[in-house]
Amino acid sequence: MIRFTHTSKRYPSGFDALQNVSFHMPAGQMAFLTGHSGAGKSSLLKLIALLERSSRGQVLINGQNLAKISRRRIPYFRRNIGIIFQDHQLLFDRTVYDNVALPLIIAGYPRREIGKRVRAALDKVGLLGKERKYPITLSGGEQQRVGIARAVVNKPPLLLADEPTGNLDPELSRDIMHIFEEFSQVGVTVLVATHDLALIHTLPYRVLTLKGGQLVNDTDPSE
Amino acid sequence: MASGAPSRDIGLRRGPLTALRVYLLRHLQVLFYSLGVLSRSPFATLMTTAVIGIALALPSGLHVVLKNAQQLSGGWDGAAQISLFLKRTVQDDEASRLARQIQKLPEVANVSYISRREALQEFQRLSGFGDALEALKDNPLPSVLVIHPTPAASTPAATEKLLHRLKDYPPVDIAQLDMQWVKRLYVIMELVRRGVVVLAALLALAVLLVVGNTIRLAIQNRRDEIVVMKLIGGTDAFIRRPFLYTGFWYGLFGGVIAWLLVSLSLTILSDPVERLTGLYQSQFELSGLDAATTGILIGTSILLGLTGSWLAVGRHLRDIEPT
Ligand SMILES: Nc1ncnc2c1ncn2[C@@H]1O[C@H](COP(=O)(O)OP(=O)(O)OP(=O)(O)O)[C@@H](O)[C@H]1O
Ligand SMILES: [Mg+2]
Repeated sequence: MIRFTHTSKRYPSGFDALQNVSFHMPAGQMAFLTGHSGAGKSSLLKLIALLERSSRGQVLINGQNLAKISRRRIPYFRRNIGIIFQDHQLLFDRTVYDNVALPLIIAGYPRREIGKRVRAALDKVGLLGKERKYPITLSGGEQQRVGIARAVVNKPPLLLADEPTGNLDPELSRDIMHIFEEFSQVGVTVLVATHDLALIHTLPYRVLTLKGGQLVNDTDPSE
Repeated sequence: MASGAPSRDIGLRRGPLTALRVYLLRHLQVLFYSLGVLSRSPFATLMTTAVIGIALALPSGLHVVLKNAQQLSGGWDGAAQISLFLKRTVQDDEASRLARQIQKLPEVANVSYISRREALQEFQRLSGFGDALEALKDNPLPSVLVIHPTPAASTPAATEKLLHRLKDYPPVDIAQLDMQWVKRLYVIMELVRRGVVVLAALLALAVLLVVGNTIRLAIQNRRDEIVVMKLIGGTDAFIRRPFLYTGFWYGLFGGVIAWLLVSLSLTILSDPVERLTGLYQSQFELSGLDAATTGILIGTSILLGLTGSWLAVGRHLRDIEPT
C-alpha cells in the first residue's frame, strides 16, 4: 500500500527533513511512526498525502507513483486517504454532522447516502447523538473523534494520523488507538505518527523509528 | 485504489441523467448556501451592494436622461427650414418670381413668401408691441422666403448645401438655417453619450474592484475552511463555487438597487419635467427604464459580480495551501 524507495525531502530552506528513507507497508497493516521532535514524522506523512512532494526517490501509494499525480488530480487522490491531525482541523462554525459530512459532500454523494454514512461513522467513534452539537462544545477527546469520523466517513483504504493523541490523557489515548485498531481489523491500512512510546509499546504493531530524517529502526513484533 | 472515486461509481450506477440532476441540485444548494452566508451579515452585504448599486445607477440614469433628450429632439428632425431674408429694395413681384424659381429645385418641398407687410403684422400680433410699432414711420422688417427642404434633403449636410446655393441668389440678403441649434444639440448629445460610455466603463471597473476586494476578504476570513476543504479532497472548482455565487448575489442585488435608484429618481423628476415641457407646449412623457434596459442593467451587474469574484478567487485561492 505504501512504498518509499530511497526517498528524501529537502525543504526550500535547504533543510533535509527526510534522507534516503525506504520501507514498505502492505495493505491492511497498522504501524506507528515515531522519533524525536523534528525527526521528520510529519514530513513523511505529508509526502504520502501529497501535502509536500519528495525531492528524491519515489513514493508509491497503492502502486501509484505520486510524482506522476498532477496538481489538478491531487484532490481526487486525497479522497482515498483519511487524514487525522493533532489540531483536528474541524470547522467550528458547523455542526458535528456537517463536519463529518464534508468529505461526502465534496465527493458528491446523494443526500440520503450522506446521512447513513455520517451516522455510521459517528457510531463507530461513539459520538452518535452529538450530531447537532458544535465542535467547540465538545471535549478535546470528542473533537479528536469527530476528526476521525470525518477521516473514515468515505471509507478510505488508507488512514494517516499525525499525533492524534497529542494532548489527550492516557486513557483517552488508548480509546483513540483502539478505534484505529478496529479500522485496521477491517482491512484499512493505518499509519500513526506519535511519540507516545509508553502507549505504543503496549500494542502489538510495527514501529518505524526516524532519527534526524533517517529511518533508523523498523520493528515488527508479528514477525 | 480499489474503492477509489466513489462519486464516479454512484454517477455510473444512477445513469447520466440522474447524475446531471444531482450536479444541478448541488449547484442550487451552493447558490442558496452562499445567499444564507450573505444574509448572516446583512449590514456588510447591504454596504457592498449599495456601492455597486450607486455605481451602476449613475451611468444608467444618465443613459435614461440621454434617451429622453434624444426623443425630445427627434421631433425636430424634420424641422429644418431655411429662411431667406431678402434685400429691402426687392419688390413683391421679384420676390414671387424667386419663390417660384426656388420651388422648382428638387430639394425643396415648399416655399412660402412673407411680404414685409405680413411680417410686420405677424410681428405685431405675436410680440404685443403693436402700438409701439405703429409709431415707426418705416417698416423695419425685410420680406422673407421660408423654405422647407424635402425629407430626403433634410439631413444636416444636404440642407447645408442647399443653403449655400440659395445664398447666391442676388435678391437674398441673409440666408439662415434654422436647424443650426438642432445640430449643435446633436453634437452636444453625442459628446454626452461618449462621456456616459467612459463613465460607465470606469464605474464598471470600480464595481469589479469592489466585488473583487470583498471576495478577497471573504477568502481570507475563511482561510481555515479552505485549508480543510483542500485537505479532505475538495477540488478548486468546489472551493471556488460558493465565492462565485457570492459574487453573483452581489451583482444581482447591486443591479436591483441600481434599478430602484434610477426608478426612484425618475419618479421624483417626472413632475417637474412635465411642468417644464408643459411650458413649451410639448407633448412629452418621461420614459423610464424599459424591460430591455433593465435586463441589460441587471445582466451586466451580475456579470460584473461574477467576473470580480472570479478574478479574486483566481488570484487568492491558489495561495492558500495546507501545510
Ligand atoms: N515547510 C518547512 N520548511 C522548512 N523546514 C521544515 C518545514 N517543515 C518542517 N521543516 C523541518 O523539518 C524537520 C522535520 O519536521 P517534521 O515536522 O517532519 O518533524 P516531526 O517529526 O513531525 O516533529 P514533531 O514531533 O515536533 O511534530 C524539522 O526540523 C522542521 O523544522
Ligand atoms: Mg510533527
